[in-house]
Amino acid sequence: MEAEDEQSNAMMDEIYSNGCEETARSRPIISGEQLDIEAYASLYQGRTKITRLLFIADHCDNVSMRLEALRMAYDEIKKGENTQLLREVVQKIDGRLGPNYAMDAAWCESVDRRAEQRKEKLENELNAYRTNLIKESIRMGYNDFGDFYYAHGALGDAFKSYVRTRDYCTTSKHIIHMCMSAILVSIEMGQFTHVTSYVSKAEQTPEALEPATVAKLRCAAGLAHLEAKKYKLAARKFLEVGPDLLNSYNEVIAPQDVATYGGLCALASFDRAELKSKVIDNVSFRNFLELVPEVRELINDFYSSHYASCLDYLGNLKANLLLDIHLHDHVEILYDQIRNKALIQYTHPFVSVDLNMMANAFKTTVAGIQKELEALITDNQIQARIDSHNKILYARHADQRNATFQRVLQTGNEFDQDVRAMLLRTNLLKHDYNQRNSRKL
Amino acid sequence: MQSVENLVTQIQGLSSSASDISVLHNILKAADDSLRSESPRLLPSLDQLDPSKHSLGYLYFLEPCVYGTITKERANTLVPIIARFITSCVAEQIRLAPEKFITVCRRFKEQVMLLEVPIRGVGPLLTAIHKIQASTEHLTALHPEFLQLCLSSKCYKTGLSVLEDDIYEVNQPRDFFLYCYYGGMIFIGQKRFQKALELLHNVVTAPMPTINAIACEAYKKYILVSLIHHGQFSTNLPKYTSSAAQRNLKNFCQSYIELANSYNTGKVAELETYVRVNMEKFESDNNLGLVKQVISSMYKRNIQRLTQTYLTLSLQDIANTVQLNSPKEAEMHVLQMIQDGQIYATINQKDGMVRFLEDPEQYKTCEMIEHIDSSIQRIMALSKKLTAMDELLSCDHLYLAKAGRERQRFDFDDFDTVPQKFNI
Repeated sequence: MEAEDEQSNAMMDEIYSNGCEETARSRPIISGEQLDIEAYASLYQGRTKITRLLFIADHCDNVSMRLEALRMAYDEIKKGENTQLLREVVQKIDGRLGPNYAMDAAWCESVDRRAEQRKEKLENELNAYRTNLIKESIRMGYNDFGDFYYAHGALGDAFKSYVRTRDYCTTSKHIIHMCMSAILVSIEMGQFTHVTSYVSKAEQTPEALEPATVAKLRCAAGLAHLEAKKYKLAARKFLEVGPDLLNSYNEVIAPQDVATYGGLCALASFDRAELKSKVIDNVSFRNFLELVPEVRELINDFYSSHYASCLDYLGNLKANLLLDIHLHDHVEILYDQIRNKALIQYTHPFVSVDLNMMANAFKTTVAGIQKELEALITDNQIQARIDSHNKILYARHADQRNATFQRVLQTGNEFDQDVRAMLLRTNLLKHDYNQRNSRKL
Repeated sequence: MQSVENLVTQIQGLSSSASDISVLHNILKAADDSLRSESPRLLPSLDQLDPSKHSLGYLYFLEPCVYGTITKERANTLVPIIARFITSCVAEQIRLAPEKFITVCRRFKEQVMLLEVPIRGVGPLLTAIHKIQASTEHLTALHPEFLQLCLSSKCYKTGLSVLEDDIYEVNQPRDFFLYCYYGGMIFIGQKRFQKALELLHNVVTAPMPTINAIACEAYKKYILVSLIHHGQFSTNLPKYTSSAAQRNLKNFCQSYIELANSYNTGKVAELETYVRVNMEKFESDNNLGLVKQVISSMYKRNIQRLTQTYLTLSLQDIANTVQLNSPKEAEMHVLQMIQDGQIYATINQKDGMVRFLEDPEQYKTCEMIEHIDSSIQRIMALSKKLTAMDELLSCDHLYLAKAGRERQRFDFDDFDTVPQKFNI
C-alpha cells in the first residue's frame, strides 16, 4: 500500500514536481517548484513560524531548502527574545550560511540581561499587587509573567503563569483570555490533552463568544483530535470553523491548514453522504477550500469517483504535507485510509469488476490491486471474491438464511457443550465438598 | 470359622432368591478374612461354582486369588477364569460387592497388560462396565481402565461406544480426569477433534485443589488440538477454571504456548524452525505426531483463508501464498482438503486453476431437518436436567447450611461496621 503510494508519487514527481498546498493560491498545479518556504512562512507569525521552519529544516531532504528554512528561522528569532532557540539554530546552521548567521553572543547577552531586569521588575510589581490584594492587577501581573516566559521560550513556566491567572478572573472575557493563552502554549508544547480541556472550559463560559474566538477554539479542538488520531472528530471540528477565522489565528494555524487538515480527515473518515452534506455543500468551508484548490479538487474528484486524478493530487501534495508540523505523523495513515475508502467505494456498486480497469483507475498494476483487494477482503471491508484467472472481482452476497442456520446450529452445539461441562463441574464440586465434609465428621 | 468346603455348599444353596443372597452376603462378609488367609486353596474350589449362578460367592473366592505379585504363568491361568466370570456373572449379585468386583477387574487389566495382550481385556471390561454401571450417566472406576486398554490395543472404535454416553455422576475425581484424558486421546486417534477438545477442556477446567500431572498433559494436548482444529489458541482460560490451574498450567507447558504463539504469526517457516529446535521436548512428551499435524494444519488454514478471498486461483499462486514448494504439492493439499470436506472447490488440471465454490449445504434436506430436530430435543432434555439439578441443589442440606452461614456472617459484619453511637 505505502509502496504503491510512493511509487505513484515518484512517477508523478517526474511529471510535475508538485505545487504546494498553501502557496498555490495563485499558482497552477503544474509548477516546477518545491515548497516556497518564504510564502509558507509568511502565513504564520510568532513562535509557530519558527518551529515550523525548524521542522522543515529537520525533515526536508533538500539541502538548499534546509538552509533556507534555517536562515529564515534565524532572522525570525533575532526579532524575538528567545536566546536558547538561537543557540540551537546556530548549531544546526553550523556556519554554512556565512558569518552573518554565526552565534551572536553580544545579542544573546544583552537580551538575557534585559530579560533578567524585566523579570525582576515583574516580580516586584506582582508582589506589590499581591500585598494590595487587587485582583485585576494580580491577574495582569501573572499574565505579564506568562507573556514574558512565553517570549523567552520557557513554555512550562508560561503555562503555569497563565493558569494561575484563573483564580483572579472576574469576567468571562478574562477566562477566555486565560484559556486561549493556555491553549496556545499547550499546542506549542504538544500537550494536546490540555488543549482539549481548555477548549471545553472556554466553551462553557456563559456569555456568547465572539465568532472569531469560536473559530479559534474549533481549530484548537480539531488539532487535538487530529493528534489523538480521532480523524472523524477532527474533521468535524475543522468543518465547523467559521469564516471569521481569517488570519487571526496565524500564531497557530493558517486558514489554508484548516482546509487541508479538514479535507483530508473528512476524506479518510466520512462516508459519501456525510462528505456531500458536510464538506461539499458546506458554504463556509468552501471558502477555506478556495484557498487550497488542490484539496478542493481532490475532494470533488473523490466524490465524483475520479479516483485516478484524486490520487494524483494526493501524490503531489504528499511531499509538502510531510513537512507540516501537525500533519506529518498522520499523512501515511490518512493516505492509506483514503485509498482504502476509494477502493471500497469503487467496488461497492458493482456485481463484478474488471481488475484491469480498476488497476487503470487507481494507476497501479493488476497484481498490485489484487494484493490490496485481498487485504481488504480479509479484513472484511469488501464483501467480494477475486477471480484471479479472469481477473475479475465478484461481489459476494451473503445468504442470510444459510448463515442463520449455520449460526443456530453452532450456538446449539456450544450451549450443549457448556451445559454438560457445567453439570459435570457441579457434580465434581459437590463430590469434593461431600468428601471434605465426611472427613470432618 | 468356616471351612472352604462348608462355604462352597452354602454358596450353592443360597444363590437363588434375593433374600437368600443377602443372607449369603452377610456370611461371606464374616468369612472374608479367613478366605484371604486361605487364598491358595480357593482357586481349585472355584470349579465347583458356576459363575452365572453363584456370582457373589464366586467373586468372594476370586478376589483373594488376585492379590500379591503375579507371575506370567499364574496370569495365564487367571486371565481366562476372570474373563469367563466377567462375561457370565449376574449384575445384581456383583453389585452387592462393587469394590471387590472393581479390584478383580483392575487386577485383570494389569494381568493382560503384563501378558502384553491388552486386546484380550477390551471385551470383558466393556461387559464389566455395563454390569456395574447404575446408569449410563455414571462414571465407574473401570472407565479409565477400559479406555487405557482400548488405547494400548488401538481399538478406538470400541472405546467410542462408552465415550458417546454423556457422563454426569462422578465418584472419584481421579477417575474423571483419567477418563477424559484417555477419551480425548481416543478421539484424537479417530481425528474427531471437536469431541477431543471438549474432553480435554473438561480436564483443564475441572475443579482441582492442586495442579496434577493429568491436567498438565491434557493441557498440552489441548493446545495442540485446538491449533489443529480451530487454527488458533488463546491462553486465557475460562473464569470457572480453578485458580490452581490458572496459575500453574502455563508454567508447565511453556514450550507449547510458544508453539501456539509462533503458529499465530502465520509463517510456516517460523513454525517449522521452532518445532525443529524443540523436537526433543515434544518427542519426550509423546506429542510429536500431534505437533506434526499442527504444522500441516497450518497449510490447510492458509488455503482455507484463500477461499474467502478468491474465486479462482492458480495452483502456482496457492503454492506461493501458502509457502509450498511446488504447484504439485499445492494440488495434493487442495485435493486432500476437498476430500475431507474442509473446502469446496474444483481443480482444473488443464490450466492449473482451482475454482473455489460456496458451501453447497442449503439446509433444505430432510436429513438436515431431522438433525436440527434432534439437536432441539437434546437441548430441551439438557435444560430440563439443568432445572432439576438447580432444584436439587437449592434443597441440598449442605448447600443451604453453607449459604445460610455465609449470609449470617455477612449480616453480622454489616452490623459491626455501624458506628457505636447508632447502636441501641
